[in-house]
Amino acid sequence: MLNVRADRDRCVSSGQCVMTAPDVFDQDEDEGVVFVKNAAPPAERAADVRQASVMCPAMAITVTEED
Amino acid sequence: MSRSLTELPDQAPEDVPRYPMPRAERCPLDPSPELRALGDAGPLTKVRLWDGSTPWLVTRHAEQRALLGDPRVSADTLKDGYPQQRPGMMARRSRSRSFIAMDDPEHARLRRMVTGAFTVRRIEGMRAGIQRIVDQFIDEMVAGPRPADLVSAFALPVPSLVICQLLGVPYADHEFFQSVSRTLINSNTPVDTVLEKQGELLEYLDDLIGRKLAEPGDDLLSRVAAERVATGEMTRRELGAMGLLLLIAGHETTANMIALGTFALLTNPDQLDLVRGTDDPKLIARTVEELLRYLTIVHTGRRRVALADIEIAGQVIRAGEGIVLPGEVANRDAAVFADPDELDVSRDARRHMAFGFGVHQCLGQPLARVELQVVYGTLYRRIPTLALAADPATIPFKHDSIVYGVYELPVTW
Repeated sequence: MLNVRADRDRCVSSGQCVMTAPDVFDQDEDEGVVFVKNAAPPAERAADVRQASVMCPAMAITVTEED
Repeated sequence: MSRSLTELPDQAPEDVPRYPMPRAERCPLDPSPELRALGDAGPLTKVRLWDGSTPWLVTRHAEQRALLGDPRVSADTLKDGYPQQRPGMMARRSRSRSFIAMDDPEHARLRRMVTGAFTVRRIEGMRAGIQRIVDQFIDEMVAGPRPADLVSAFALPVPSLVICQLLGVPYADHEFFQSVSRTLINSNTPVDTVLEKQGELLEYLDDLIGRKLAEPGDDLLSRVAAERVATGEMTRRELGAMGLLLLIAGHETTANMIALGTFALLTNPDQLDLVRGTDDPKLIARTVEELLRYLTIVHTGRRRVALADIEIAGQVIRAGEGIVLPGEVANRDAAVFADPDELDVSRDARRHMAFGFGVHQCLGQPLARVELQVVYGTLYRRIPTLALAADPATIPFKHDSIVYGVYELPVTW
């Protein structure tokens, strides 16, 4: 299982995470700031979730592995 | 204002290569060969700008990412040592500085006032309308004479109309602001003309904002005017500067991607076949990312200045030194993209730097993506026999522009 966190203060609303893993990330209506829909996605989502973390221009997303 | 020339130990100032360097006429879609050679010489070298200043040149993907994401690196165009694109930018910028030329927290404060209009969901909601606009301009073009100029018949009007609708700028005025935009983007335009044209557009936008404050429409300028200007969070002038940025960035860039992308596909027929023959929206999406990477139309370098000493790739960038980061070279970095000089629409090009990186990464990127997905997914299927109507060697490229593209693209079908 993965542990996903997003720093809303760092977010610049690029939307890359939403495009990369729409089951895990979304944007609020008001300013498009990230929120994590699913903070504990299954391990099979690792590739997309890590890609989202790499793509984030504000480096606001952290992903760790947990059992 | 004196600048100290910080030179490499064995290089006299006059030996420092002049930047930017033009792309090769024979390979107009590749980065400048001289620029690539400089990049091969080392991750950080020095270049000389129009004013004699010698900022650092950073060419590799990894170092560009690191620096553009580093809070010790400033995008503030008013700071000493900021590597200006050309004369007069200081004067121009101080008159109508938008958040693109600021650092956090001011940059974040202003940017967040418009990010709500550019969410993935909201822009996705525009897709059907964009499709209608694309189809309409294709209908008109094919009903007209052959050859046609793809730039004036299609590449420019489509994103212009889309951004006008989004912002609430009357499309009827498009000839006015398109001509201003052309002037502002051209590196050779004299300073006086730049300031004059910019002033005209700012006046136009201020008048428009005034009308929207009195009578709001359902558009971005009306919403921001009502939510932020009327409340005093943002000045009318700040909104005008923002409107100018969005208007120009919103059509100039996408228009050039449409025309130059078409040129790239028409001169790479195997790739064109893949794009034209597919029903798969994922392949179209990959095509957009690959063309963004391959073309990198914003090509005179991201410009930054160091706020503190930064150690990177075995060098030290000192506080106050300028930094130039050409995205078109990072986007051909073999450490990130296999066979980087190949146009391959099926590759995963998502790590490209065409929209930049860091907190200033292009605000409009969701809109650019949807527009380009619709265009590349429609144009070649609706006009399967689309072809260049001129020798590729005669196509006029925008070598003297901050945003690369073609001035015209004669096509037939």
